[in-house]
Amino acid sequence: MNDLTSLVDWSRLQFALTAIYHWLFVPLTLGLSVIVAVMETAYYRTKSEKWLAATKFWMTLFGINFAIGVATGLILEFEFGTNWSNYSWFVGDIFGAPLAIEGILAFFMEATFVAVMFFGWNKVSPGFHLASTWLTGIGASISALWILVANAWMQYPAGMEFDPGQMRNVMTDFWALFSPIAVNKFFHAVFSGWALAGVFVIGVSCWMLLKGRNKAFCLLSIKTGGWVGLAGMLLTMYTGDGSAVQVARHQPMKLAAMEGLYHGQKGQGLSVAGWINPDKEWDDDRDQYLFNIEIPCGLSILATHDLDSFVPGIADIINGVSINAEGDTVNTVPYAERIVRGRMAHESLRKYDAARAEGDTSGMEAAKAELAANYPYFGYGYFDSVEQAIPPVGLTYVMFRTMVYLGSFFLLLMAAALFLAYRPEVLERQRWLMWTAVATVPLMWICSQAGWAVAEVGRQPWTVQDLLPTMAAVSDLSTSSVVLTFWIFAAVFTVLLVAEVSIMCRTIAKGSKSDLQKVNA
Amino acid sequence: MMTLENLQNYWWVIASVLGGLLVFLLFVQGGQSMLFCFKSPDRKSLIVNSMGRKWELTFTTLVTFGGAMFAAFPLFYSTSFGGAYWLWMLILFSFILQAVSYEYRNKKGNVYGRGTYDVFLFINGCVGCILLGVAVSMFFFGGEFSVARGNMLDQGSPVISRWSDTHGLEAVFCWKNLVLGVAVLFLARMQASLYMMNNIADAGFFVQLKRQALANGLVFVVFFLGFLGLLLTATGYTATLEPDYSLAVVETPYKYLHNFLDLWWAGVMLLLGVVLVLGGLLLAVLREKFTGGIWLTGPGTILAVMAIFFVAGFNDTPFYPSLIDPTSSLSIRNASSSRYTLAVMSCVTLLIPFVAAYIWYAWRAMDSKKLTSAELDATSHKY
Repeated sequence: MNDLTSLVDWSRLQFALTAIYHWLFVPLTLGLSVIVAVMETAYYRTKSEKWLAATKFWMTLFGINFAIGVATGLILEFEFGTNWSNYSWFVGDIFGAPLAIEGILAFFMEATFVAVMFFGWNKVSPGFHLASTWLTGIGASISALWILVANAWMQYPAGMEFDPGQMRNVMTDFWALFSPIAVNKFFHAVFSGWALAGVFVIGVSCWMLLKGRNKAFCLLSIKTGGWVGLAGMLLTMYTGDGSAVQVARHQPMKLAAMEGLYHGQKGQGLSVAGWINPDKEWDDDRDQYLFNIEIPCGLSILATHDLDSFVPGIADIINGVSINAEGDTVNTVPYAERIVRGRMAHESLRKYDAARAEGDTSGMEAAKAELAANYPYFGYGYFDSVEQAIPPVGLTYVMFRTMVYLGSFFLLLMAAALFLAYRPEVLERQRWLMWTAVATVPLMWICSQAGWAVAEVGRQPWTVQDLLPTMAAVSDLSTSSVVLTFWIFAAVFTVLLVAEVSIMCRTIAKGSKSDLQKVNA
Repeated sequence: MMTLENLQNYWWVIASVLGGLLVFLLFVQGGQSMLFCFKSPDRKSLIVNSMGRKWELTFTTLVTFGGAMFAAFPLFYSTSFGGAYWLWMLILFSFILQAVSYEYRNKKGNVYGRGTYDVFLFINGCVGCILLGVAVSMFFFGGEFSVARGNMLDQGSPVISRWSDTHGLEAVFCWKNLVLGVAVLFLARMQASLYMMNNIADAGFFVQLKRQALANGLVFVVFFLGFLGLLLTATGYTATLEPDYSLAVVETPYKYLHNFLDLWWAGVMLLLGVVLVLGGLLLAVLREKFTGGIWLTGPGTILAVMAIFFVAGFNDTPFYPSLIDPTSSLSIRNASSSRYTLAVMSCVTLLIPFVAAYIWYAWRAMDSKKLTSAELDATSHKY
C-alpha cells in the first residue's frame, strides 16, 4: 500500500504539473483571442491602420502563447490514459465522449482558422480573415466548454449507472453532463481568461506608456483590453458566487476545506484573514485557526445566500450533518458508515462475479440489487479511515483567499486604468498606477492558478466524487517510471516556458521601439 | 439499425478514417525529418514555412484520434496508454517539442537558437513517425498485457489492465514493429516531397524534391512490402465474446491473409491505395512538371491505412492481441463503449462533413498561391 500511495502521489504531481503549465497559457489564449478579434472587427469597419497595427501586435503575442498551450494540452489528454488507466476504463464511457467531441468540434476549428489568421492576410478576403480570427477564438472557447464539462462531471457525476458485468459506469443521459455546475464552471473559467488577458494588455500598455512610447496605441489597447477584462472580471465574480452555492450543496467538504471550518453553525462567519492550525485533527478540540478575523454571517451568505443558514464543517459532514441540493440542513450517512457500505458494495460485486461464473441468474440479480443500494458509497470502500476523505485544508484555505483578494484587486485596477484611459493627461501623471499595472501582470497568473487549486485540491481524494478515489484510479506502473517522466516533463516545460517568456518580452520590447501606429508588414 | 454491433463497427470505421488521415498528414513530420537534407537556408526556410502552415492539422488529428479511441474503445485507451507507457511518453515528448518549434525558431529572444528548434523538429519528424508506426503495428503483433476486471476490488493494487515490466519499450525494440515504423517514416518523407512540389514555387528546389520523392519512395516500398509480407504470413486470433467480456480465442495461421480474402472489399481498398500511391509517385517522378502527386498518394495512403485497420479489427479479429494472455486481447466487441455512448457520439459525427468542408475551403484558399521566398521576406509572421 505504501508503494501505491507513492505512485498515486507522483501520478497526481505529474498531472498537476501538466495542468499548471497548461493553464499558464490557456487563459491568455481565451482572452487575447477576444481582444484581437474585437480589434480586427474595428479595423474591418473603419479600415483604420491603427486598428490593424494593434491587431497584428497582439496577434503576434497570441501566437507565441498559443503554440505552447497546444503542446501542454496534448499531454493532458493522454495522461488520462497513461497515468490514470483505471479511471479511463471505470468512467471512460462517459468521460471519453466530451474529449472526442472536443477534438471533432473545437480542435479542428482552431487548427484550421489559426493558420488563416496568421498567414491569410494577403490570401483571403478581409471578411474571411475576420471570420477566421473570431472562429479561432470561438474554437478555443468551445474546446474549453467540452473539457470543463468533463471536469465538472468528475465533481458532480450524473447521467450514468454502474454496469457490474463490465465493472464500469455507463452513460444513460448525455444531457446530464451539462449540469448547472458544468455551465457555471465553463463561464467562470472562460471569463477569468478574459480578465487575465485584460490585465495583461493593460500591464504591457502601461509599460510602454512609462517608456514614453506609442501613446495612442497604448490608450487604444487599454480601452479595448480594459473593457473586455472588466466585463470578464465582473462575470467571473458573478459565476464565482454561483460556484460557491453549488459547492456548498454538492461538495460541502470542499467548502469546509476552503474555509478551514470544522464545526459549523447557523449564521456562520466568513474568515477574512487567518491561519489554519496545522495540528488540528477533525475529532479533537483544538482551535481550527491560529488566528482568525471574520465577517459575521459571511459564509452563510456565500454558501446559501441566507444570513441565518447553517453551514456544516468538516467534523459535521463526517458525522453525517450536511446541507442538501435545496440548501436545507439534513442528516446524511456518516463517513464511517459510508466506508462500511462502500465495502458492502465491493462485496456485492464479488458475489455478482461468483454468481455469473456459476451461471446463477437469481444470485446475480440479488447481488446487483444489494450493490445498487450501496453503490453511492462505492469509493469509500477503498478507505481505511474517515481521515482519508478529508482534502488538504491549509492549502485550499490559502488558495481561496489568494484568488478572491487578487481578483477583487484586479477589478479595481482595471476600472481605474479604463477610466483614466479616457483622461490620458491624468493617467500620464499617475505613474504609480502604471507601475502597479505592470507589476500586477504576473499576479494574474497566481490568481488563476489559485482558482484551479481550490477546485482540484479541494475535491481530493476523489477523481470521481464519492465513487473513485485517486488510489483506485492509477495505472499499473512503477513509481520510478512516473518519477522519471515527472522530472522530464518538469525540465521540458520549464525550458520551453523560459523561451516563451523571453520571446514575449523581446517581442514587446521590439514593438515598443517601433511605430505601432503603422503596419510593418 | 443502431445496434451495439453496428455502432462498434461504425466507430472502428471512424477510427480507421482518422488513422488514415493521420498517416497522410504525417507528411508534416516527413518534411521536418528532411530539414538537414538541404544546406541552403532559403530552402530550409521554405520547408519549415510550408510544413508550418499545416502542422496543427496533423497535431489535431492525432489528438482527435486519441479522443475517439478513448470515447469509443476505452478499454484500449486504458490498457495501451497506461501499459505501453514508455512508447506513448516518447511519442508525447517528441510532439511537445514540435508544437513550439515552428513558432519559436525564428523569433528573437528564443534563448536556445534556431538550430536547436530545427533539431527539435527533426527529432519529432523521425521519432513521431517511427513510433506511431510501432503503435499501429501492435494492432497485429500484440502487446504484453493482461486484463482482469476483478482487480478493481483488489485493495492493494486495484488496476484492471497490467503490462509487463518493460512498459512498451519491448514494443519499440521489436523488429516487426520497426518495419512498419520505418515504412511510415519514409512514406511521410516521400509525401512531404510531393506536397512541397505542389506547394512551393522554386524551380531548382522542385528538381531536388523530385529526387527526394523517388529515393524515399523506394525505401518506403521496400519496408512496406516487408510489412505486408509479415502481415500476410502472421498467425492471429479468431475471437468470440464470452459472458464475462473476455475473449475465447482460436489461434489462426495466416489470419490477416484470410481477413483480406474474407473481407474482399478491404483487399480491393488496399490494392487501390497502393496503386494510387505508386501511381502518384511515378507520375511525379516521370512527368517533368507534374505537381499533383500528393493528390494521388494522399488518398491512396488513406485507403491503404483504412484497409489495414479493417483487417485488424473486423472478421472476429482482436485488434489488440495480448501476447501473454490471449483471452485478455481486445476486440471491438469487448473494448467498446456502451450502445448509448456510441449512439450519442455517432450523432456528433454527422457534423464531420461540415468540418471537412471548412478545412477543405480554408486549405484551398491558403494554398491557391504557391509559397515563395519573396512571400516569406515580405511577411511579418515567418517561421
